[in-house]
Amino acid sequence: MIPSAFDYAAPATVAEALGVLADAGDDVKLLAGGQSLIPVMKLRLADPAMVVDLGRIGELSGVRDDGDALLIGAMTTHHQIATDPLIAEHVPLLAKAAATVADPQVRHRGTFGGALVHADPAGDMPAPVLAADATFILAGPNGERRVAAADFFQGYFTTAVDDGEILTHVRVPKYAGWGAHYEKFTRVAQQWSIVAVAAMVRVDGGTIAEVRIGLTNMASTPLRATAVEQALVGAPLTRESIATASAHAAEGTDPASDLNGDAAYRRHLAEVLTKRAVIAAAGL
Amino acid sequence: MTIAEVGRARLRKEDAHLITGRSRYTDNMTLPGMLHLAMVRSPFAHAKITSIDASAAKSSPGVVAVLTGADVAAQQGSLPNAWPITPEQKAPAHPAIAVDAVAFAGEVVACIIARSAAAARDAVELVDVSYEELPVVLDLEEALKDEVLAHPDLGTNKSATWIFDSGEAGTGKAISEALEGAEVLIERTFYQQRLIPAFMEPRSTVVDPTGEQITVWSATQIPHILRLMLALTLGIPESKVRVIAPDVGGGFGGKLQVTPEEAITVLAARHTGKPCKYTETRSESLMAAHHGRAQVQKVKLSATKEGIVTGLDVHLLADMGAYLGLVTSGVPILGAFMYNSIYKFPAYRFECTNLFTNKAWTDAYRGAGRPEATFAIERLMDELAVELGIDPLEVRKKNWITHEEFPFTTVAGLEYDSGNYEAATAKAVELFGYDELRAEQALRREANDPVQLGIGISTFTEMCGLAPSRVLGALSYAAGGWEHAQVRVLPTGNIEVVTGSSAHGQGHETAWSQLVADRLGVPFENVEVLHGDTQTSQRGLDTYGSRSLTVGGMAVLAAADKVIEKAKVVAAHMMEASEEDIEFTEGKFSVKGTDQSTALGEIAFAAFSAHNLPDGFEPNLDSDATFDPQNFSFPHGTHLAAMEVDTETGQVTIRKYVCVDDVGVVVNPLIVEGQVHGGLAQGIAQALYEEAVHDDAGTLVTGSFVDYLVPSAPDLPHFTTARTETPSTTNQLGAKGVGEAGTIASTPAIVNGVLDAVRHLGVTDIKMPCTPSRVWAALEEAKTTGGVQ
Repeated sequence: MIPSAFDYAAPATVAEALGVLADAGDDVKLLAGGQSLIPVMKLRLADPAMVVDLGRIGELSGVRDDGDALLIGAMTTHHQIATDPLIAEHVPLLAKAAATVADPQVRHRGTFGGALVHADPAGDMPAPVLAADATFILAGPNGERRVAAADFFQGYFTTAVDDGEILTHVRVPKYAGWGAHYEKFTRVAQQWSIVAVAAMVRVDGGTIAEVRIGLTNMASTPLRATAVEQALVGAPLTRESIATASAHAAEGTDPASDLNGDAAYRRHLAEVLTKRAVIAAAGL
Repeated sequence: MTIAEVGRARLRKEDAHLITGRSRYTDNMTLPGMLHLAMVRSPFAHAKITSIDASAAKSSPGVVAVLTGADVAAQQGSLPNAWPITPEQKAPAHPAIAVDAVAFAGEVVACIIARSAAAARDAVELVDVSYEELPVVLDLEEALKDEVLAHPDLGTNKSATWIFDSGEAGTGKAISEALEGAEVLIERTFYQQRLIPAFMEPRSTVVDPTGEQITVWSATQIPHILRLMLALTLGIPESKVRVIAPDVGGGFGGKLQVTPEEAITVLAARHTGKPCKYTETRSESLMAAHHGRAQVQKVKLSATKEGIVTGLDVHLLADMGAYLGLVTSGVPILGAFMYNSIYKFPAYRFECTNLFTNKAWTDAYRGAGRPEATFAIERLMDELAVELGIDPLEVRKKNWITHEEFPFTTVAGLEYDSGNYEAATAKAVELFGYDELRAEQALRREANDPVQLGIGISTFTEMCGLAPSRVLGALSYAAGGWEHAQVRVLPTGNIEVVTGSSAHGQGHETAWSQLVADRLGVPFENVEVLHGDTQTSQRGLDTYGSRSLTVGGMAVLAAADKVIEKAKVVAAHMMEASEEDIEFTEGKFSVKGTDQSTALGEIAFAAFSAHNLPDGFEPNLDSDATFDPQNFSFPHGTHLAAMEVDTETGQVTIRKYVCVDDVGVVVNPLIVEGQVHGGLAQGIAQALYEEAVHDDAGTLVTGSFVDYLVPSAPDLPHFTTARTETPSTTNQLGAKGVGEAGTIASTPAIVNGVLDAVRHLGVTDIKMPCTPSRVWAALEEAKTTGGVQ
């Protein structure tokens, strides 16, 4: 398991990293924890000429209160996301999803931003971030730009991040008074999600006032379960109404078939898991 | 009074170095001037090699040489198959490096030798191999048709057919009688999926050709057999080969092999005259180390309306893969004697057809033949119970050998020396809460609960202690089944035990120390166990088949007994008494009826100084013993699994697992417990998780641990383990062996439990592994075909 030879840079600031990227040409990969990049390099499925390690850029790590939102550094580890008090208070969905990523070793090495830019359809962080309507902050040669979550994920392993750009932070709105749950379905504990559902629910009286649902691994990108959301808003807070609405979970999805199940099975799982995620998020 | 060592749950003495990183695995070996190897492997499952251009690789920085099959054709011989099960058995030549053609994806076609592992790996991609692709045969039913041949030169895919017939053998009636007159006939086909042993330490070999002997370090279970086979295969005098198995990180049968990579490393070291190292990647290990199981079992069970089994007919198709490895062909035969299990039905026929396919070859994997047999009979007993509407435990009770009936000669011709199936089952039922769980199951069914409960039963036995040499001879195996040991008494009275067993995780250092400490009455700490080096342990047949304690351990005890006999002679001389009057207890030799005594340590020093020994006495106490078992041993047990099936998703969860194993007398309960836990994990893995899957071209799809799902701690439940103890009568300790028990027993317990949970919904079978998608699909299919509600 030896990768091809590559050049290595470990800049200390975002500005320095952008400079390295500008000089490096296009055959370059950013190392942001390396839990996916290193294995594919060792398997020689990727052989970049240069690897730029973001691990020493302190400004990219940590969670800050930013008024009506949290500002999460791209190099914040999954473990930090899972245990950070600000996230637990304002966007517990992220903490719950991060706690399910792989195993403790991976959660201590792998990063929030790294997982989002890697954009594996089976990854656990994209769907919650999409459901939470986050904004991605990218630094590039021409300064900073912001991309809405709905525009960020573009296809298999493809995002809005251009060559020469670095995802620095993700801005996630606060969800005061919402319940959250991440319902993940795997065969063994450390496995990638076969299907998973991220749900946030705001209940008002006996009624579902607002709901946001993200689907993991139901297409080449994370998806919102829009039809379920529409069916649930204003619906009575009962298991029956949630089950009825969840029957729409597979609408607009395009899941893959693989050893863990075919597309029909995944569509079925999406319905069951959506029901369970919403019930749990609503505290039923 | 000293505390008895046998039966004491000692922590393992080897663990301190293994878990603190002070280990010496083969890949840790670094020798001066050492070169590194990387293999070029075929991406095709079946192809002719039309040309190999290695010129670019040869001129790549750091590359010393590139070896192709053509380069070593004259030296590489053909890798050994030690078990030609019939005189007519067909087998293709098995070159370490393919010469003209490849027969599975992952076969080595060239070897890079370079100054660093990185340089070797870089050059792999520079070797230009031209292939002419050939059609592949992957499926056993297809292989049987002989339309596409895995080896066209062989003219057939059939390697051998092997038959056991109780009517012809005189061990029972003819099966035809039983089947024709059957009041109840259960006919099923079971699929034993292909598994990958997935030991933790990948295979690695270091060869130093620079001394008088060629020294081979290898991650192997079988240093002694490897030495002999490398010598025979490569035409090197056996006396010129030394094999060392240093710390070895697991094997499960997967390192019971003479591998192409081992042979290639020897060839490369001889070619360059320098030490060479090869360590496989995990991907290579999954692709090209031998696989296991891979059988289709067509079985018919006949019984009376009362549930008394009258006969069993087994037709087996066994996937050899592309070649015959060391014992590939014999694995199904090891199962042939176990299909009747603990039951005493009168007629049995077994017919196995060994078939070649274009996949990695199969060979021993934990249980080797016996898990497959146990699965089939335990599944059938449940099917019979369903057919007759009686409790599956009752069906087993109606048919099992009762404890008064031992020794019992089975319909397969084995003599079971001991056992008590009633006792183990009674204990398991109590620990499990069988009646309460049955009541809960009924409630859940009634309530149409989305999570249904099933109870899986497996009352298993197996044959351990491989093996009486005469029996192996009768089965056409090339070697014997004895084991060797030496007990050396050092001048200080410390003891060295040299064993031919080759531990690779089992804990022999601890267990053998306990055996000898007990027998010689010396402190546990004063005993060292040496193994795994053919220069230290000159004779041995190594570790596999739950043989080490019941065969190797008996050799250790026999050698210790010889030490006592020798020491008695010296003791008598020292205390001026006659030998008949010397008694040996707790490490002391005393003269009967007197208070005169002398300790083993004093005698050891007397033997060393040799100043005052009896005339003609050789001045040492060291003793050798070789033990050849007269029979197998037959551990057994009752395993009960409470399985929950989420009918909405198909997800299967083990709610409770109880096993009561009877492994005879136990030397170290902690080690036994560990073996049971690990065995259960592997058996459960076959039932629920693991499967080697190939695409239509014969490429391994489950080529990494992302897709080949090995369960880990969070995936497994708390195991309730307990034991009953019926000593074996065929060895002096009464031990039976525990290395494979958990694996053999658990697979059918789990699958029986899954089916029991959903059978009322119309599901009658689910292929292993019982994945959520398969369980859900079976439930959906039962709905559309109007399954019983």
